[in-house]
Amino acid sequence: MIALIIVAIVLVLLIIFVIGIYNALIGLRNQVDNAWSQIDVQLKRRHDLIPNLVETAKGYMQHERGTFEAITKARSQAMGAKSVAEASKAEGALGEALSKFMLVVENYPDLKANQNFLAVQEELTSTENKISFARQNYNDQVLFFNNKIQMFPSNVVANMFNFSKRDFFEIEAAAEREVPKVSFS
Amino acid sequence: MVLMAVVLLLLGFFIGEGFFGQRGGFFGLVIALAIWLILALVSFSSGDQILLTASKAKPVTHDVHPQLFNVVEEMKIAAGLPAMPKIYIINDYAPNAFATGRNPQNASIAVTAGLLARLDRDELQGVIAHEISHILHRDILFVTMAGIMLGSVVLLSNFFLRGMFYGSTGGSRRRYSGGGRGGGQAQLLMLVIAIVAAILAPLMAYLLYFALSKSREYLADAGAARLTRYPEGLASALEKIAGDPSPQLATVNKVTAPMYIVNPFKKEGQMKLSDLTSTHPLISERIKILRGMVHGASFRDYSDSFSKITHKKTVVPPVALTKEDIALRQASAQAKKKELLEKQFRQVGDIMRRVNGFIFLTCICGLKLKVPPNFKASNVICPRCHKTLPLST
Repeated sequence: MIALIIVAIVLVLLIIFVIGIYNALIGLRNQVDNAWSQIDVQLKRRHDLIPNLVETAKGYMQHERGTFEAITKARSQAMGAKSVAEASKAEGALGEALSKFMLVVENYPDLKANQNFLAVQEELTSTENKISFARQNYNDQVLFFNNKIQMFPSNVVANMFNFSKRDFFEIEAAAEREVPKVSFS
Repeated sequence: MVLMAVVLLLLGFFIGEGFFGQRGGFFGLVIALAIWLILALVSFSSGDQILLTASKAKPVTHDVHPQLFNVVEEMKIAAGLPAMPKIYIINDYAPNAFATGRNPQNASIAVTAGLLARLDRDELQGVIAHEISHILHRDILFVTMAGIMLGSVVLLSNFFLRGMFYGSTGGSRRRYSGGGRGGGQAQLLMLVIAIVAAILAPLMAYLLYFALSKSREYLADAGAARLTRYPEGLASALEKIAGDPSPQLATVNKVTAPMYIVNPFKKEGQMKLSDLTSTHPLISERIKILRGMVHGASFRDYSDSFSKITHKKTVVPPVALTKEDIALRQASAQAKKKELLEKQFRQVGDIMRRVNGFIFLTCICGLKLKVPPNFKASNVICPRCHKTLPLST
């Protein structure tokens, strides 16, 4: 009788323990997903800012039609991307086009003094930062999640419910590792 | 560690009050507990609002200072906070900042106008990252609560000492009226113990509080380096703040001091005994540690640099010391030139005016007018072209 009670108690404790770990894993996985969606939010914000940027700068930079076209084209490609691989390639191209544009801006002191342009520039700088910080946070969350899945005892529960490891956000080209520098100084 | 600290604080508190209660027995303890409970409840529910109001902080939105707002949002994203902290500006020339609130969902960050005027983007990011780390480490509630606990210890011992003073005069009056005088040497001894305890308890509480808040500052620095991947930003911000000649913050006292990023009481350089009672580590030491992080931006890198410079064991809890390979990043190309600083000062001045309800008008002749909120007339005359401009409020 006593043995039965002890077994029952141990069993109940074990179930509570498993539930606790399971919930922690779900929480971490949701955090990973949330961090991923944060990246998308910021990328979308970058797309939204570009027409604004082009509109503000157009009047000052009439001889730079090629630069504007490159940005607009990269933007529409990034927005129309279907797969993740396609999107990451297009976003990389967009970042490059933007940093080229920022270099060209250096030759237009009038534009650099324009209040509206300064405001758009601050938003763009910040959005580039937010994109890289969102990626950084995603990688942090993935690290926590993967550690939890691989470490004892949570790995037992993770195997029971088929939790699988997530991939880090890696940028292949070394040039892309740097967020495009937005410089007006 | 946090739990131990709280228990210790409570213990010191109760011992002090226990002695105090020797005279009236259990009664003093009950009063002490009641006062603490009330203060704790008030501080938990609205401590942040009290502190912000006390430091005359004004809430700001994205429109008022886009850069500040953006930098806070960047750090919020990097830290993965569940909600955007509320942002406040304090109209003070001394550069400083603090964070307060109950938990990461309800947090506030306040910076002074002087800080905004002096720092460039990378430095501001470092300071904000430090404050966000305080929020992430849940230091904000601790500091608010510990401040309240410290406050109540001080309050009670003051109460007791003053009570003693008035009590003794009252007693002598009673002596004249010829009332019965009980007790003798035993009562006198109790009284002496109680006085000593009343004097020592706040001192003990102060020391404990300061020791705790110091290690939290180091940890927040480590967190800031990790979030920004750029320890130099915070280091150079601290350098600028420490080298600033402006007078200390106007609205600051001993209890709110530990909340700020650097000690708002100016006494660096003349530190001997004050080293023990300071709420903050030496700024020069913090800068050296941050600059010593040459290999990466993880907690482990900070901890290595910390032991190298202070020759002490690490302040970082072992859980955070996992091996992480976090590369440092380059400075952003935003580094400000000297001539921009003056412009930045003027902008911050305008921001403070806007926050304080000034109305901005631009006359047709190009003159900019800044009308204070207590200007009652409905029109204002341009001093250059003498045109009458309507004030729409």
